[in-house]
Amino acid sequence: MATTGTPGNITQAHSTGTKGGIGESTLRPDGTLKVTGEFAYSSDMWHEDMLWGHTLRSTVAHAEIRSIDTSEALATSGVYAVLTYDDLPAAMKNYGLEIKDTPVLAHGKVRHHGEPVALVAADHPETARRAAAKIRIDYVDLPVVTDEVSATAPGAPLVHENRDDHHMAHAPHPNIVHRQPIVRGDANAAAARADVIVSGEYVFGMQDQAFLGPESGLAVPAEDGGVDLYIATQWLHSDLGQIAPVLGLPEEKIRMTLAGVGGAFGGREDLSMQIHACLLALRTGKPVKIVYNRFESFFGHVHRHPAKLWYEHGATRDGRLTHMRCRIVLDGGAYASASPAVVGNASSLAVGPYVIDDVDIEALALYTNNPPCGAMRGFGAVQACFAYEAQMDKLAAKLDMDPVELRRLNAMEQGSVLPTGQVVDSPAPVAELLRRVKAMPMPPEQQWVTTEGADVRALPGGLSNTTHGEGVVRGVGYAVGLKNVGFSEGFDDYSTARVRLEVLAGQPVVTVHTAMAEVGQGGVTVHAQIARTELGVTQVTIHPADTQVGSAGSTSASRQTYVTGGAVKNACEAVREKALELGRVRFGTYHPAWATAELLLEGGKVVTDGGEVLANLADVLGTDAIDLELEWRHRPTEPFHPHTGQGNGHVQYSFAAHRAVVEVDTELGLVKVVELACAQDVGKALNPLSVLGQIQGGTTQGLGVAVMEEILVDPKTAKVRNPSFTDYLIPTILDTPTIPVDVLELADEHAPYGLRGIGEAPTLSSTPAVLSAIRAATGLELNRTPVRPEHLTGTSPTS
Amino acid sequence: MRVNFTVNGRKQEADDVWEGESLLYVLRERMGLPGSKNACEQGECGSCTVRLDGVPVCSCLVAAGQAEGREIVTVEGLADYAKHRDDEHPGGGCAGGGCGTSLDAAKRWQAMPHDSQSGEQGTELSPIQQAFIDAGAVQCGFCTPGLLVAADEMLEHTPSPTDADIREALSGNLCRCTGYEKILDAVRLAAARQDEVV
Ligand code: FES
Ligand code: FES
Repeated sequence: MATTGTPGNITQAHSTGTKGGIGESTLRPDGTLKVTGEFAYSSDMWHEDMLWGHTLRSTVAHAEIRSIDTSEALATSGVYAVLTYDDLPAAMKNYGLEIKDTPVLAHGKVRHHGEPVALVAADHPETARRAAAKIRIDYVDLPVVTDEVSATAPGAPLVHENRDDHHMAHAPHPNIVHRQPIVRGDANAAAARADVIVSGEYVFGMQDQAFLGPESGLAVPAEDGGVDLYIATQWLHSDLGQIAPVLGLPEEKIRMTLAGVGGAFGGREDLSMQIHACLLALRTGKPVKIVYNRFESFFGHVHRHPAKLWYEHGATRDGRLTHMRCRIVLDGGAYASASPAVVGNASSLAVGPYVIDDVDIEALALYTNNPPCGAMRGFGAVQACFAYEAQMDKLAAKLDMDPVELRRLNAMEQGSVLPTGQVVDSPAPVAELLRRVKAMPMPPEQQWVTTEGADVRALPGGLSNTTHGEGVVRGVGYAVGLKNVGFSEGFDDYSTARVRLEVLAGQPVVTVHTAMAEVGQGGVTVHAQIARTELGVTQVTIHPADTQVGSAGSTSASRQTYVTGGAVKNACEAVREKALELGRVRFGTYHPAWATAELLLEGGKVVTDGGEVLANLADVLGTDAIDLELEWRHRPTEPFHPHTGQGNGHVQYSFAAHRAVVEVDTELGLVKVVELACAQDVGKALNPLSVLGQIQGGTTQGLGVAVMEEILVDPKTAKVRNPSFTDYLIPTILDTPTIPVDVLELADEHAPYGLRGIGEAPTLSSTPAVLSAIRAATGLELNRTPVRPEHLTGTSPTS
Repeated sequence: MRVNFTVNGRKQEADDVWEGESLLYVLRERMGLPGSKNACEQGECGSCTVRLDGVPVCSCLVAAGQAEGREIVTVEGLADYAKHRDDEHPGGGCAGGGCGTSLDAAKRWQAMPHDSQSGEQGTELSPIQQAFIDAGAVQCGFCTPGLLVAADEMLEHTPSPTDADIREALSGNLCRCTGYEKILDAVRLAAARQDEVV
């Protein structure tokens, strides 16, 4: 290493900072590729001599498999391989996030409609589909369990006959995946003090993530007997840990690279076709691509747990909450997926952002023969929020109070104690968010009236031209929610970042390498901003995410900017220290400030905290590169006690409040959401533009489940009835109103830059706000979501 | 069967096309033009929107054979199309050929990890493409190609759209990430910039 030299040509007396750092609305680095169609999504991968994989899925929900005959499929011209359970190469034949209960291919029986049974590889996707249709499976139907009653009735069929997972010990029945009670104070005694008590039963339908880019990937067999997998996922290393044992390969032989991801929202936390593609590639010795179509995508990933919730709240005459009791039953479907953690969230966040000292909470998830459910944006907190916010409105009505006032009166704040005993030790501006969302200007009355008369497109029914405004009533509703950030209950939630600083073509450049899955949320943008801020270098390259660097954890739980962002910051700080050390060695003799001043990197220069420029970073580095890989962890959490639910289980909280304005055509039962305003605290907006995008997107998903989104499962056969975008509706641009957003930034001193996870909170309160507004417009009770026309016209018992 | 058509101004032919193949499949898998996306393959999401003789269609619903002898513009050709419309043959796209992605270039598509920094400089974009970037209308981006083709076509015949016009024109394009607000912003921005130029 050279140790002598001069600090170079310093033309600038004072540094000017570095453009594109945190706090700016820097544009996406992948934006140009995405608007030109050049961005390589997982379904766009192509390889010389590539085959197409196809999955054969069960047509029944619960059945014994007597036999599988693949001979005709295998004899089809163009077919290279047909695989069943018998072809799995290793002793481990199951996978799973928490409990390894999910078969790679069904063995002995199928437990839900659409379970993978066999795989085909062929030279054309249609050949593969047609060959799969020739596979003959002899099923013997078994009785299905589809709800709590049928699953826990005496003699009910067991979904998993031989459970031996660690949640079993506290599960009251083998068809219950996990149960978490939370008891604090004395709810019975407190109930006696209540002046009014309200209770209700609520039903939350099964929502789908419906990310636009279906599951897909390309597996390429490698010369060393391993495989290279290009895949859309939320967590490369979690996938790797589940894939390797089933393939019977050491992890080093499976090299995974993130392919472009077309949205995720929790639906890519579980494996879909990862193992299937690898199996086919290893068997055929050829690259194999699998792309689900939309129909298969509905079977290829877990959904949001549908739930039944029973709630009771009491309050004194002046509106103080006395107690809360609730029971939350989540339908986990045939396999565990993330159900235990969803139960943990639903129970620990069941009380919402309110202070209630005396609570009695129980949440559980069932095993049934319904479609498997797992992670989706909001993760267990969404279902609870729907119920407790309906309860707040009910209570306000009974007390004859303003519903926002009732919420503000009981709002938690910094220092409040949660039902788990955890003290909230960062800002919790619940009352302030409610105040702000209420203060936002209201949309005009009769917004469909224009200078040229009624614009029917802005009315309920929209382009269908069903009304000109007669019979249309307006309602306004509010809701607020509480979501945890990051993985909870003692999970070792860490991330890794590798940062390289070097001089290329005379300029200092930074490369940031993490395994973070960019699923559209904008993590790549933020990582570059962090690197610019910490290292004062404009030119930052984000290395593709792969398994050649340590785990980044999952792109979920609103945690990536916090945890991987934290890791990038941490690694950058270490690189900066090294660079300054190098500077001291090389140039320390030229200027005493090298030894005495606080030094920063800004605009490609080393500067003192007084703004004096000491050297060009390029001269400091010379031909040396600084390259460091570091892990970073947030504060540890602890598990909830299995009987009392006590424990510091969460690391950070996130809050959002919504105001919905709706118009309802009461004759036809049609709803138009006119406006859905949101106020959210983000701690620190690292990229304000992306923050808005996340809040508006999350809000829209909440709107979807309020008025249209639901996977319908036949209660008798457990078969899915609407696996298509024709029948499973997600909001279009006509269904989505303007979403004005008020962003609050109260720093959390425990988080990097004070930031707060943002992705999920807006999904929570948006649904109950819309429901509240529809109730206000119609006077109906409406205890289920989504609301359908028959609920509004009084033609269904659930209205 | 063999299908002959013009894609982004360049004559193309595809051999051994199976009768049931969609135009989307032929573009993506045979022409090496994966810009048009396959999110539903049933005409519900608009991710596969291309222009067929100038008319926006869901290419997943067009049988490849129906494209015989016709002119197609995909997101890959959008910048050229917009440029030629504005410069040389206003409103006409590039029927004369000579613009767009060559088949050879397109076929260089590989299973390569992308460099997320590249593509920032030097690429010429149509006004609507630039507006989508500037307004933050791109998140995962899977809906983006279809939205761009649909929005560009709307701006061609409705240069100063109202919000209701934009919503109506884009109602066949689903986006799961953005909540559409920034997409509206982007179209308004492109329209405003178009106004400035005129
Ligand atoms: S892929 Fe063609 S409309 Fe969805
Ligand atoms: S940006 Fe992801 S679907 Fe629109």
